[in-house]
Order: sequence, then structure tokens, then C-alpha cells
Amino acid sequence: MDGVLHQVFSGIASGGIYASIALALVMIFTATHHVNFAQGEMAMFSTYIALTLIQAGVPYWIAFFATVIFAMVVGVIVQKVLMEPLMNAPVLASVGVFIGLLFIFNSTAGWIFTYTLKPFPSPFGEGGPLFGGFFSRHELGSTAITLVVLLSVWAFFRFTRLGLAMRAAAYNPTSSRLSGVPVATMLALGWGLASGIGAIAGMMVAPIVFLDPNMMAGVLLYAFAGALLGGITNPLGAVVGGFIVGVIENLGGAYVVGTELKLSMALIIIVVVLTLKPAGLFGKVLSSRV
Amino acid sequence: MPRIAIILGCIALAVLPLLGASGYQLFQLTLVVTYAVAILGLNLVTGYNGQVSLGHGAFYAVGAYTTAILMDKFAVPYWATLPVAAVICAVFGFLIGLPALRLGGLYLALTTFALSVAVPQLLKYKLFDDYTGGVQGIVIDKPDAPFGLALNSDQWVYLFTLAVGIVCFVLIANLVKGRIGRAMIAIRDQPLAAEAMGIDIAMLKTYTFAVSAMITGIAGSLGAVAVQFVAPDAFGAPLSLTFFVGFVVGGGASIVGPIFGAIFVEFIPNIADQISKAAPGAVYGVLLIALMFVAPGGCASIVRKLAARMPWNRKTT
Repeated sequence: MDGVLHQVFSGIASGGIYASIALALVMIFTATHHVNFAQGEMAMFSTYIALTLIQAGVPYWIAFFATVIFAMVVGVIVQKVLMEPLMNAPVLASVGVFIGLLFIFNSTAGWIFTYTLKPFPSPFGEGGPLFGGFFSRHELGSTAITLVVLLSVWAFFRFTRLGLAMRAAAYNPTSSRLSGVPVATMLALGWGLASGIGAIAGMMVAPIVFLDPNMMAGVLLYAFAGALLGGITNPLGAVVGGFIVGVIENLGGAYVVGTELKLSMALIIIVVVLTLKPAGLFGKVLSSRV
Repeated sequence: MPRIAIILGCIALAVLPLLGASGYQLFQLTLVVTYAVAILGLNLVTGYNGQVSLGHGAFYAVGAYTTAILMDKFAVPYWATLPVAAVICAVFGFLIGLPALRLGGLYLALTTFALSVAVPQLLKYKLFDDYTGGVQGIVIDKPDAPFGLALNSDQWVYLFTLAVGIVCFVLIANLVKGRIGRAMIAIRDQPLAAEAMGIDIAMLKTYTFAVSAMITGIAGSLGAVAVQFVAPDAFGAPLSLTFFVGFVVGGGASIVGPIFGAIFVEFIPNIADQISKAAPGAVYGVLLIALMFVAPGGCASIVRKLAARMPWNRKTT
């Protein structure tokens, strides 16, 4: 029984990370109807920046916030320089750009920081497990950080004028523009925010999986599965979905299929969700008007 | 373009490389043809039918492994493995498409992406070790030219691949020109109107997916014969991404597009490697993005523009 509980708790911890990436994906998806394939690579690259800062002697939390700001700037730049000129191009062209970005970030990271696995420090210390051994310090800390991030993102969208403007720009660009919302700026901000969230997720996952340029491939897939499970149109759903996928992944990996087939679990989750409940747990059922 | 020009072009493609190309160049050309066929399959479902698939590497893998296992364990000749691979891939594509295609394009993209990531793990799975050879994969023999033809095996494999490739291209070109092709395009552009016209959208989408998987599976078979080796890690998400890049570069809903796409994915990485040994992927990515800016519709859109200016297509007003 203890074993099961332990798996559930570490599932919640990794689920939090999937939830963050899933949230970043859903944010960009609702705003632009694009799935950013480079999301994971951008997060990975930011994590390397954090590591470089920490190794240069910058205290962890200063490096943390500097990295988040760096990631947001990169996100805004990518949107302004690459995505905006392609606004009216075919969707496939933007997918091509996403894939190009994926290659660029991955290869540049490998070039600058090498492909060797690197340990990444956890801000929560290496101390012994808490709560009777169910939670490691890092798992507890990263789950807390994830929850703080998710709550502040929710509060930002719910209670601030800027958040409202961003939602409006995503929901109905034309009307928003007519009401004086600078839609292009809102889109760029959305990209920045998503990229910043991704960076936080990267810094939280790196102490667990070690840092290397291909670190995010699996995470991105689980995040996809989480976003789909929760409903890709619903940010809260994506978060809950991310947590559920984390728990399922850990339990399944430990008791059902073994670690070799862990990634295939994501495929199974996706297929099952699509077959049984296509809109996800919390998603809106989209109907098209005839 | 006049039909005679196409036939002459095919003959030139078959003969010229035999005269001048070295073994390695022939191998590269063989891979170009293989990729072109794989991207053709992807183009059918994504370009003509509008269903984004990021997992065609999985069908390529199934085709390649079918050929390798049949040749290695059952001593089936290479040419006889192609139809088997085609049938298996068509069934596999049908089964994958059945749940995913009833929904919007994004869901299919995610499902197929998950599929492409899961493939190497499934191929390595212990239960199938006896057949798949696990992590080591399977080595197969290179076929020699039959009937005592005076060709070395590189030349023969190239000719064989080219012949199968041309057959695939002709079949698909005819398919998309006909009634079914028009129905596919109708589903992509106006699903509601298509349904009102009596097209069974879900079924036709699933069949399209199956045919597309079949074509890409055939490419996988050809690839296995050309490379003489299959191993799980060659068939992961990067392969699916490669096909998708080739598709986007070539341009959607075009028969010649996949050829340009295949040339891009085969040769541009080498060029990128020459430009920067340190970060070839970055150069590749920059070239890809640059191309998307120059030609958002892919190479096929440039070809279409050029063709429209040719004397025989110019409208006399």
C-alpha cells in the first residue's frame, strides 16, 4: 500500500510539470489555434540558461526569475519576428516554422551546452523524504511552485484588465480590435507568458530527469495527453488532465506495463480519451452550425 | 504538362544515374525516391484530405519491419514482401484512423504524434524480440539484379525503387483526379457541403488514411531493402517530423510536391552539416523557416506559378 501511495504522490509531482506545459500549450492554442511543437525545446533552452547563471554563482532564485524573464522575452520575440508575418499564410507554413524552431533550439543547445546529461540543482535541498517517505523535498516543492504558477495565471486572466484583454483578443479578435484592444500585442504577450510557464516547468523537471537537449520530448507528449484528457479548450481542464496523466503514468509504469513502455501509455490515454470522451473531461463539446 | 514529357522524364531518371552516379550517389537517389513515396502517402491524407498526421514514420516503420522480418525469418524474396507490407500497413492505418479521424484535425495530429513517439519503444518490447531483434534490429541482404542483367546491386535497387515509386505516383495521381479524389478535397474544403452531397465523411477519411498508410508502408519496405538494416531508434518521432517537413516544403495537395520535399530532407541536412559542423540542426531549422517565408505554400506553389507563365499554359486574351 505504501508503495502505491508513493507512486501516486510522485505521479502528482510529475503531473504538476505536465500540467504547466499543458497549460502553456492550451494558452497558445486558444489564442492562435496553433499547437507549438517547439514549446518543450524552448523550455529546455531556458533551463540551460538557468543552469549557466547558477554555475556562474548567481543565487538560485535570482537565476530563476531572470530565466523566466528571459524566456518571456524569447517568446515575445518569436511571436513578433516569426509568427506575426505568417498570420495570413497557410497553417502548414506556421507548422513548418514551429518544426524549424524545434530543430534550432535543440541543436543550438547541444552545440553550446553539449549533449551530455547534466545534473540540475533543486532549490528545495537534498534533505530526507517528508511525510513518512511519500514525498521527496523536491517533489513537494515543485508541486507547490506549479500550483502557485497555475493559481497566479488563473488570477491574472480572471481579475486583471490585461488578462481580460488577452482573453478577449483570443476569443474574438475582430471585436476586440474594434473595442481598442491591441490584438497583436496581446498575442505576443500570450506567447511570452506561455514561454515563461514552460521555463518554470523546465526548471522543475530538470532535477528529476537531468538536463539534456532531449529532456522535454517525453514531457511534451504527456502534456499533450494531459491537455487532451482535460479538454484542450479549457485551461483548468488541461491542468487537472496533466495531474491525472502524471498519476496514471507513474502507476502504470510501476505496476502494469513497466518503464520500457511508459511512453506508450500516453498513446493509450490519448486513444482512449478520443474514443470515449472526445471533448475531454472539462472541454466544451463543439458543435458546428449548419 | 504533356504526357510524353513525363514519360521521357521517367526514362531519363532511370537511365542517367546508371551512367554516371557512384554507388553512394545511387544510394542517396534511392532514398530520395523512397522519401518521395513516403511523403506522397502523407500528402494524400494531409494535403488532399486536410487531416494532419505527425505519425507517418510509424507506418514507414511497419512497412520496413514487415519486409525485414519476412526476408530474415521466412526467407521471402524482397519483391514479394511489398504487397504484404502494403496490406498490413493499410489495415494498421485503418485501425489507427478509426478513432482519431472522427474528430478534428488537431486530435489526429496529437494521436499520430504520440504514435510516432511510442513506436521505438514498441519495437524494442521484449515479447517481440524473437521477430524484431530487439534493440539490435535486423540486417538483411542486398538483392542482386535478376535475369543476369549487367547491373550491380546498387543500380538494381535504384531501378526497382524507382519503378515502384513511379507506380505509386501514377496510382495516386489518378486517384486524386477521379471521383474519390474530388470527394477528399471536398471534405477538406467544405465538410458540411460534402456531407450534404452524400459523402460518408468518416468512412472516406478513414479509407484515405488507410491508403496513405499503405503508400508510406510501401516506402518503408523500399527503404529497408535500400538500407539493408532496420532498428527501432531509426523510426522515432524525428522520422515522422522529417516526413512532415518534406511535405510542408514540397507543398500540400500536389503530386510533384513530395519529390521536392524528398530532395530537401535528403540533401539539405548534408548541406547544413557542411555549413556548420557544430550545430547542423540549427542551420537546417533556419533554412526551413526561411523557405516557409519565401514560399509559404511550399515548392509546389512556386512550380505552379512558373508553370502558369509557360507558353503552353498562357491564356490568349
